[in-house]
Amino acid sequence: MLTYTIRRLVLAVPTLLFISLVIFLLLELAPGDPMAQVPLTVPPEVKEKMREALGLGQPVHIRFTKWLHQFFVVEPMVLADSLFGTAFAEGNQRVISWQTRSPVMDIVIQRIPQTLWVVGVAYVVAVLIALPVGIYSAYRQYSIFDQAGTFITMVGFAIPPFFSGVLAIVIFSVQLGWFPSIYNTTHVVNDWDSFLVQLKQMILPVMVLALQITSQLSRFMRASMLDNLGEDYVRTARAKGLSERTVVLVHVLRNSLIPVVTVIALGVPAIFGGAIITEQVFKVNGIGHLLITAIQANDLPMVQTLTFIFAVLIVLFNLVADIIYGILDPRIRYD
Amino acid sequence: MTEIREQDAGGKGVAEVGRSQWWDVWRQFRIHRGALVGMMVFALIMLGVLAGPLVYWNDPQFVPTGRDFIKLRDMRPVYVTLWDTGAKVSWAHPLGTDNLGRDILARLLSGGQVSIAVGLTAMLLSLVIGTVVGVLAGYFQRLDGPLMRLTDLFLALPLLPLLLVAVLLFRAPLSAAFGPEGGIFVLIVTLVGITSWMQTARIVRGDVLALKEREFVLAARSIGTSPPKMILRHVLPNVLSPIMVSATLGIATAIITESALSFLGFGFPPDFPTWGKLLFDAVDRMELYPERVVWPGLAISLTVLSVNYIGDGLRDALDPRIRSH
Amino acid sequence: MKLLTLGLATASLALTPMAMAQQGRDGHVNIIYWQAPSTLNPFLSGGTKDIESASLIIEPLARYDEGGNMMSWLAAEIPTVSNGGVSEDLTSITWKLRDDIRWSDGTPFTSADVKFTADYCMHPEGGCAQLAKFSGVSNVEATDTHTVKITFEGPTPFPYGPFVGAESPIIQAAQFADCLGAAAPNCTEQNFNPFGTGPFRVVEFRPNDVITMEANPNYRDPDKPAFATLTFKGGGDATAAGRAVMETGEFDYAWNLQLAPDVIAEMEKGGTGVPVAGFGTLVERIMVNLTNPDSGLADAERSTASHPHPFLSDINVRKALSMAIDRDLLVEIGYGKAGKPTCNVVPAPDIYTSSANDGCLVQDIPGANALLDQAGWVDSNGDGVRDRDGVELSVLYQTSTNAVRQDFQVLIKQWWSEIGVAAELRNIDASVFFGSDPGSPDTYQKFYADLEMYANNFSGTDPQSYLANWLCSDSPRPDTQWQGGNIPRYCNPAYDARHKELTQTAELSERARIARELNDMLMQEVVMIPLVHRGRLSAHASNLGGVRLNVWDSELWNVADWYRIR
Repeated sequence: MLTYTIRRLVLAVPTLLFISLVIFLLLELAPGDPMAQVPLTVPPEVKEKMREALGLGQPVHIRFTKWLHQFFVVEPMVLADSLFGTAFAEGNQRVISWQTRSPVMDIVIQRIPQTLWVVGVAYVVAVLIALPVGIYSAYRQYSIFDQAGTFITMVGFAIPPFFSGVLAIVIFSVQLGWFPSIYNTTHVVNDWDSFLVQLKQMILPVMVLALQITSQLSRFMRASMLDNLGEDYVRTARAKGLSERTVVLVHVLRNSLIPVVTVIALGVPAIFGGAIITEQVFKVNGIGHLLITAIQANDLPMVQTLTFIFAVLIVLFNLVADIIYGILDPRIRYD
Repeated sequence: MTEIREQDAGGKGVAEVGRSQWWDVWRQFRIHRGALVGMMVFALIMLGVLAGPLVYWNDPQFVPTGRDFIKLRDMRPVYVTLWDTGAKVSWAHPLGTDNLGRDILARLLSGGQVSIAVGLTAMLLSLVIGTVVGVLAGYFQRLDGPLMRLTDLFLALPLLPLLLVAVLLFRAPLSAAFGPEGGIFVLIVTLVGITSWMQTARIVRGDVLALKEREFVLAARSIGTSPPKMILRHVLPNVLSPIMVSATLGIATAIITESALSFLGFGFPPDFPTWGKLLFDAVDRMELYPERVVWPGLAISLTVLSVNYIGDGLRDALDPRIRSH
Repeated sequence: MKLLTLGLATASLALTPMAMAQQGRDGHVNIIYWQAPSTLNPFLSGGTKDIESASLIIEPLARYDEGGNMMSWLAAEIPTVSNGGVSEDLTSITWKLRDDIRWSDGTPFTSADVKFTADYCMHPEGGCAQLAKFSGVSNVEATDTHTVKITFEGPTPFPYGPFVGAESPIIQAAQFADCLGAAAPNCTEQNFNPFGTGPFRVVEFRPNDVITMEANPNYRDPDKPAFATLTFKGGGDATAAGRAVMETGEFDYAWNLQLAPDVIAEMEKGGTGVPVAGFGTLVERIMVNLTNPDSGLADAERSTASHPHPFLSDINVRKALSMAIDRDLLVEIGYGKAGKPTCNVVPAPDIYTSSANDGCLVQDIPGANALLDQAGWVDSNGDGVRDRDGVELSVLYQTSTNAVRQDFQVLIKQWWSEIGVAAELRNIDASVFFGSDPGSPDTYQKFYADLEMYANNFSGTDPQSYLANWLCSDSPRPDTQWQGGNIPRYCNPAYDARHKELTQTAELSERARIARELNDMLMQEVVMIPLVHRGRLSAHASNLGGVRLNVWDSELWNVADWYRIR
């Protein structure tokens, strides 16, 4: 397993370089103009000057090499500087966003807290709800609990957040006035009261997001449990006189976790990717919001950097999933 | 034990399927109550969206003009009179009209045609790609690396720029080949399909990896079963349930994604209704006209639910262990 | 309530005891813009969101009030020919600055700052978004500490481009000294936290998210602003912004609520806020393509002057398309209080507004039908669409994605179908449609369609440069990389000559007369079909006083006068 992990990690480098090139070319090919949001009253000659100031006149390969250098050499130096107080990055150009003319990584770091607060918490909540629901639904297949669970999860998945989010706002913010409809990203938690305020502003977006994720996860959990509950080893285990609890929660669950681990591992990069629509509805302004505004404004350095960070996370967590498969089922071999 | 499974599993191998086995499956499916109800609801929805527009008297595209416009717009559904006698209703428009005076029922029916067609085709496409990639990667060691790196690549691609590029490159040739609406249909289905198969592929691969080392597979291999036969007979039937779940979730995703596409201007022309778009357009007026969100929302949910139950029934019916009970 | 006391507490810490009695007395105010500001340096980004958020901090020498009249701001008075501020030959203007102004860091505001601002924007490598404000400027000099003289290359009848209006504020020379030209983007700290002379200063700027501000302790009026702290939130959508002001009361001011009138009316019932509307020069219009966009033509020849349009080159067809439209209904559906039907492309100010075209205000479908019949466009093959010599009157009608625009498309398609014109509708994402990527076929400038709808306006009150959009030379075409403002590809030597006359006339009523004539030429030849004179609709909390909605300048122009109604 260790050699496999090391081999995969080494292999990840060319993979990621290739992915970054594909993303770069894709963005290059996509129609769009960083000046699209500038009002029509600004004349075209001025817009052309502004484009030149962004460095858009340079050929593609030079811009790509520049980005590689900035992202892989300058940004780590900046990180080192801020950690150890050194001055490696002095005078080097960082990855600069076209919209804000400021370093992309600074904005990303600014956005991480609210993304983790909302999307991360929603994910944890969803996993904590989905697993027991899925297990119990499978164990008592076609019971009232299972039927109700199926109904709620399916409707929950079929209703898009642009509707459920607004519905939640209309009910809980407008009619009842319990929770704020707009997330305050500058809110600082430093005591119990401010924590309650934070909790209040998180509830609606977390609820809307968690509903979606729970629906998906619990369906996979249930299906996989059902498959395994019918297996021979379950009968054997029961025949050996193991308690029902041990049979279901140890033997069956362990063998049923592979698809669920896959889905969760695919979801972790998505946490960092944020939730575009939910963030938009509640004005959370996390990384999802950052990405969508960057795409709309055709802010290529920002889009490129963000998607590349996602790519790293995707490659990493798929590797983690593969390792967990091996732990869950020691018979799985990769070499 | 292994031999029994071997036989059972062999019973549903596609290569040897005879009429009696499919009859078996159908018999099993029929006694699954959920599946049957799901099937009926789905048939009803299909009948509604296919035959409905032929029978129903209102044209989904018709916009009243002149003095009629004010009279016919923002009409409420007839059932509103039950609690609000003063409501503006008419039996000519059973579910009312929208802010431009277009009949809501007519738009729901014709919107359903597109949404269901897009949902089913895109789901099938992503399912096929996902399953093929997943099975091949899981089963053949050599393919695992390249195929999974491809999956990583697709997972990493930003969706919106990808759509922009696809529209730029393919809209004109496709509409030349299939007509303007046909071209957009092909484009949307393909786009939704090729951007949503990765999860299925990862899940199927994970299951296949584990399955490959199970006794019955090893046994089958030791008696010299060829890989294609092995996949069809032993591997595929045993990864059916996650595929079914992906399928049901996939329909909902496809219907919603389609609406997101048309909202961004990559989808069907703006006067072309689909369920997702009806829902999206109605959100702003949710408090005044709840029916405009409830009906398309209900239609999408019902479709997804019914497909889910059909999938459940199908999976049970195809499962040899349950069938033998 | 908690926010309020919190705000008061910080205010009392930050302020001198003298000012404490007045400035900051009303605590905290919340503003929401559904587009989030990316920078506080309006010279680096032309976006309205950036200009208006920056207008809380940095200010121009003069600005427009809500009636479109110029008023002095950081200048002592408006220079004119009669007071000697503008030279007789119209080639220079001399601004006298107020001498009681200080920057938020306490240093005095002088003519050096004004001169520096000009150098900053006119630097050839800077990519300044407001360069057009400085067009024709040959020299800016500080003649003494509080006098600035701007010299133009030639006679400039309207010399109020530089340093007038929210687009052209003054930045501090000391702060931005190292940010000239190519260095501009490296000055993150300066761009995110400019020192200003305005009522507020930045505490924290989070790009594309939220700005936290506090009252400027060095503001010229010790009694203002009434608010000690201010939160400027960005992002989301117009519906949510409107809801936060009018239904939940979480915010005090929401900008530019582009929502259908029935949605606004429903929100207003929430009771915590009220919508306000103001009218500038924005006109929603349909542009007519006078050239052939046929996809069968080579890319370099589509929509260029080399091929006239097969049927839109017939003025009768263009007239009929305009006559079939019920503008009153469009206003009612799409804009309500924030819209008026119009038949002019220059809808305001009043002196520039023509009444010669008002016939179009009444929908006339029979008239349109008769006109087409006379012109020989009849439905000869019975498919419901008029044709002549094998050319069918079927159009591709495109616009950007926006709920109101899609409703308009549907209604207009229906009216056109009643005069035998078939329309295929297309909507394109705004970031592509308004982008100028010459590689994309879907930009509004390339105009690979027969008709397209969008809104445009001019900044300030003078329409000269706006009317220059329809000069023959300004047509987008391959050799201009498809740039240019003449979207219909209109080409009329008489128009060009008349416009030249406008650029040489200084007398206001004479300028107005020529501008009206130019407007009438465009309208009577129907090179575009104006639909709605659009206002700006914003909303403020019922207990927020002093709001005077201004569409000629920043909406937040008089934020120093805002206060809490108790």
